[in-house]
Amino acid sequence: MESVVKRLGVWALVLLAAIAAIALTPDSGFAIHMGIVALVAVILIGVTATSYDPMAKAQSIFKMPPGPSRYDDDVIRWGVIATMFWGLAGLLAGVFIAAQLAFPQLNLEPYLNFGRVRPLHTSAVIFAFGGNALLATSFYVVQRTCRTTLAFPAMARFVFWGYQLFIVLAATGYLLGISQGKEYAEPEWYVDLWLTVVWLCYLAVFVGTLLRRHEPHIYVANWFYLAFIVTIAMLHVVNNLALPVSLLGGKSYSAFAGVQDALTQWWYGHNAVGFFLTAGFLAMMYYFVPKQANRPVYSYRLSIIHFWSLIFLYIWAGPHHLHYTALPDWAQTLGMVFSVMLWMPSWGGMINGLMTLNGAWDKVRTDPIIRMMVLALAFYGMSTFEGPMLSIKAVNSLSHYTDWTIGHVHSGALGWNGMITFACVYYLVPRLWQKERLYSLRMINWHFWLATLGIVFYASSMWVAGITQGLMWREYGADGYLVNSFVDTVAALHPMYILRAVGGLMYLSGAIIMAWNIWMTIAGKQRIEAPMGDTAHDEAADRPIVAQPAE
Amino acid sequence: MSKNAQHSDVFEGHKKLEKNVTLLGAATLLVVAIGGIVEIAPLFWIDNTIEKVEGMRPYTPLEQAGRDIYIREGCYTCHSQMIRPFRDEVERYGHYSLAAESMYDHPFQWGSKRTGPDLARVGGKYSDDWHVQHLKAPRSVVPESIMPNYSFLAEAELNVPDPAANLTALRRVGVPYSDTDIAQAKTDLMAQANPDADAGDLATRYPKAQIRDYDGDPKRVTEMDALVAYLQMLGTLVDVNSAAAQEVLTKGEQGR
Repeated sequence: MESVVKRLGVWALVLLAAIAAIALTPDSGFAIHMGIVALVAVILIGVTATSYDPMAKAQSIFKMPPGPSRYDDDVIRWGVIATMFWGLAGLLAGVFIAAQLAFPQLNLEPYLNFGRVRPLHTSAVIFAFGGNALLATSFYVVQRTCRTTLAFPAMARFVFWGYQLFIVLAATGYLLGISQGKEYAEPEWYVDLWLTVVWLCYLAVFVGTLLRRHEPHIYVANWFYLAFIVTIAMLHVVNNLALPVSLLGGKSYSAFAGVQDALTQWWYGHNAVGFFLTAGFLAMMYYFVPKQANRPVYSYRLSIIHFWSLIFLYIWAGPHHLHYTALPDWAQTLGMVFSVMLWMPSWGGMINGLMTLNGAWDKVRTDPIIRMMVLALAFYGMSTFEGPMLSIKAVNSLSHYTDWTIGHVHSGALGWNGMITFACVYYLVPRLWQKERLYSLRMINWHFWLATLGIVFYASSMWVAGITQGLMWREYGADGYLVNSFVDTVAALHPMYILRAVGGLMYLSGAIIMAWNIWMTIAGKQRIEAPMGDTAHDEAADRPIVAQPAE
Repeated sequence: MSKNAQHSDVFEGHKKLEKNVTLLGAATLLVVAIGGIVEIAPLFWIDNTIEKVEGMRPYTPLEQAGRDIYIREGCYTCHSQMIRPFRDEVERYGHYSLAAESMYDHPFQWGSKRTGPDLARVGGKYSDDWHVQHLKAPRSVVPESIMPNYSFLAEAELNVPDPAANLTALRRVGVPYSDTDIAQAKTDLMAQANPDADAGDLATRYPKAQIRDYDGDPKRVTEMDALVAYLQMLGTLVDVNSAAAQEVLTKGEQGR
């Protein structure tokens, strides 16, 4: 009882502070955010007062196994559910803005205009979907490979829920117009500070668990997770250095200006790709691919070379986002050279993943989860070839500012990050919920083909759109004048924008099928279906040819 | 010792890292820090990163308010403000962008995608009326446009809680606003968009500042006023065609 009173007191204090902030701030967006905080406090007060254990109720909704597991899997189960939820939300936002570009009437001013929803889409898929997948899998992998439980269980829970609060504040902020205007780093100063606290706790839990390990060696997946956590902390803090106008308002101004701000931003932006979407997801590959294939990692030495060369080279590649801008030439050239070099370690990692299937290649035909992993690695290979190619200045002069970049990003994000995450979730759910098998393997097959076809639509339409626009911008007539006005190039892209939206819709449909499959698995159901990979047996054909006597 | 043996020594040595979290973490941080330090740090102390050009000045409070709206609405997701030194871009948008032209931009808004055209030198290319009409309903002036409508800007009173605080914050991160600029911020903000108000020495403190009603409604100062004021000044400060600017360019900005 006493602890309930204490908790009530704490939430009441939070509520009071939020109300005071609302009353004092002249900034309406900030006031709404503080309103959300106040609402959360009110809900928590209500929940605390009416029930002693709200978590138990929430866990029963998602049918989580009762009692302690061998490993500390509670927060991982929440992470898997959050991954699915934010994945659907992010993909839906993506389909919506893709449709807006084809049909501008879908812009609903002011809150649902493209410029506000686009950051919502990018943050939802990268940080909410990808971030929760990384949180969940890292906690899963670090426990298994260290043969120990999480170091600070309470802190691990704070990391998960604190991260969800970060996502909600960031997402609602964009729609309300709270943005610091730097791509993939749009949240304002107070949300950035909150994320910093959450992230340092994440580092503490992860490193603490590594310190408790019962295995002498730290497994390679954990090197990648560690590099991801450490580097993201560095990038996040430096790129978000800003001066708030007032402590009672959302607005701040970046500490850097112009050229310096541009390079700091793309040092951050490119390595959000390099460490959030690559290093972290490679960690997932290094654990889950060998597990699902039931084969050891192809080469230990290759993984050492892969790891150090990848993390060293990636950091340099940022300036290729600023080719032919006012950034000094030497920095652009450095960025290009390192981007091209980056091709090698990237493919080293892909080879290490694919060759792990040596001796188990037949599973590509029979195991839809392995097939997803192989496709993810194939897309990883493809986009890590396309990236260095686009970073060559001559190519970039055509591709920059066009949809080719968008297509490139999505072949990586949908193909590599999406597919490897889906495969890992399919792997995790039966194990985490202690079920014999997934609800349906055939539905994974449907998911696989819908997603693959969706990516093909998406990537090819954006290649065509990007190259078309790039060429139209620079087209000269025989008279020596530019042939196309800008808006001619916009009109030319209309069919491609429709095809892209269709591709996105297919990818989203696959994810909806997955959500259903996962939900039914959690509910403990098993779909009655023919097993995957069985060749049909034709009894009638199963006999020798007997020579018939001539008539 | 054979070559192979040397190799395995390297991999043997790596086992030290694999068995020690602190070493592994420290080595990782060191390795990922190098690239950023080598590339970014020199930009702050190499003199020729930003060649000084004549005409650059901080934004007026109204222009800065417009810029804040530009950021709030995520205009940078579709419009760049960075003209590359190519024949077609220079003919389409104007002289290629100089580093100095964004030296007071906190944050920079160079952008990464042109779903719409570049805006680095859009100032003065269209009339205020055109901008207002285009922002309210883009397809009424450009039928093929896919830009969202921003008619609400014309309805929203410009509400900057404390213009002086904005300028003070900007001064702290390096924009050279004078004490007078900060003291006058609130008056400047309103006076620039109101032809009836006394603008004082606004035009002297901010050379080339355009003082007029922008949104066609002189009675009110709206968000539309601020945004159009910002758009109309973009790229107008530096006279890139003047003899002096050309001289700086040939001396300073080489190899582009």
